Amino acid sequence: METNTQRLLHTFAALADLGQEIADTGDFEEMLRTSFHLLLGSLAIRRGAVGEYDRAGSKINMIAARGLGESEELVLPFSNERARHLASLGCSLSLNESKQEAARFLEDHNAAIPAVEINLLVPLVVRERFIGIVLLGEKASGEEFTAEDLEIVSALARHIGVGIHSHRLLEEVEHKADENRRLYDGLRTIYKETVHAFAAAIDIKDRYTQGHSVRVGKYAEIIAREMGWTDDAVEGIAIAGYLHDIGKLIVDLNVLNSPGRFNAKESKEMSRHPTAGFEILSPISHPYADIPLMARYHHERLDGNGYPDGLKGDEIPPGAKIVTLADSFDAMTTDRPYRNRLPLADVLEDFRANTGTQFEPAVVCAFCRAFLKEISGTAKEKRLMKLLGKNYDNVESVSPLLTQLISDLDGNGDFRAASAAGH
Amino acid sequence: MTDSTGETPVQARCIGDTAIIYASDYLNKLSGERIERECKRQLESGCRALVINFRDTELVNSIGVSILMGVINASERNNARLIFSDVNSHTAKLFEMLGLTRHVSVAKDETEALSLVDPQANAAGSTT
Repeated sequence: METNTQRLLHTFAALADLGQEIADTGDFEEMLRTSFHLLLGSLAIRRGAVGEYDRAGSKINMIAARGLGESEELVLPFSNERARHLASLGCSLSLNESKQEAARFLEDHNAAIPAVEINLLVPLVVRERFIGIVLLGEKASGEEFTAEDLEIVSALARHIGVGIHSHRLLEEVEHKADENRRLYDGLRTIYKETVHAFAAAIDIKDRYTQGHSVRVGKYAEIIAREMGWTDDAVEGIAIAGYLHDIGKLIVDLNVLNSPGRFNAKESKEMSRHPTAGFEILSPISHPYADIPLMARYHHERLDGNGYPDGLKGDEIPPGAKIVTLADSFDAMTTDRPYRNRLPLADVLEDFRANTGTQFEPAVVCAFCRAFLKEISGTAKEKRLMKLLGKNYDNVESVSPLLTQLISDLDGNGDFRAASAAGH
Repeated sequence: MTDSTGETPVQARCIGDTAIIYASDYLNKLSGERIERECKRQLESGCRALVINFRDTELVNSIGVSILMGVINASERNNARLIFSDVNSHTAKLFEMLGLTRHVSVAKDETEALSLVDPQANAAGSTT
């Protein structure tokens, strides 16, 4: 085979291999090392380097080098003016310009680079942006570089420049994504803290129900987790619990703190709070779905006798059904001005009596399962029992009631039919 | 088989102060860098001559040439003799065309390579 043809085939193969290497962006370091070998090997060049330009630091980082002395990890100062100059020359500079730039580079950095022969400097420019440089020493043949050699080197250098540029873009995108994630997490934290502050404000206003909103949020969270909701949805239902009574902020303070049962006028005033809560929460962009709806519908009943809209069965959002039960459980297990807290057995009896009319059977069932798991010690934490506090002792005694309720709910799709049969 | 670094070890043996290294088929990939590392290791441990055997190397691409340039540089820095043996005709032409033969002797086989180094000193050998 004629020498020129063989030489051409050898360099063409290098260019083809380099193109493939750049396209595979899996490992930047590997891509760079392989590209550097292909560049030197295409013309059997004995020494050289690829430097990446750092505009912010006005420096060149030698990211691949051979034969430039002991230290292959060179960082050299490089002015923005020089960078602009090389960007204007681009990859298509003449052989003389390439030699002159190499000589100037050596002159500028003679203290950092030992006395080695660097014959060519090729700027790496992508879309008129200066990316870095390629430095090349002598060929193994000892022959001078030709204009044809420079064309080959420039073609390879363009590929390397694109590879570095793509890697930088990818890093920038990843950096931006990380930054956005941090900002989002920060906003979410601020949102949660604000919600907690609101919950505290609601509960402070109503002196008879202090801590109610936070407890409802936590009961709702326990129920939703037992029902297999996703982590995100569980977080959302907890927030809905914290905010379900936010509408009470507009309820007359005298009504809210009325010591006895509400009269008709007071009841009417109180019944405004779900709609008011909805109106307060609706303009806010919540990171969870349906928070305003859960506040609006937490006094709805399956049989349609609830308020404010008298929704029935599946018209009520699932989250609102959970908040309803959590709200009722806390109301029954805390002292009110007109009555003391109920014994747990009575609470469960209330659940039994009202499941299917007021409460959703699946929600009651999930609540009972979670409660039973805590009593039997199979739950990781005893969150529900901690929330009940020391006001209830001998909680274990309700285990048979819970078991029976679960059995009734699980074993018969129509719970009211089961209740009527005498369970 | 791999060594403690997870790499397939480079096949090499020493005869006197000459190291014979087998280029094998991974010279043309990034994994070929381990040949350069092995050559440098042999030189640092006192070898005065390196023979690189290309008996299992069908062709050498640009990556292979670059790695061999590194070996040439290292040999020259250490004043060590470098000989390529068992090079097929296509690769021999490539080495000549690219000027590698200005820095390296090319021998027909290992015996000829060892005789180029010093037949008297290389009578006994050991394998690594």
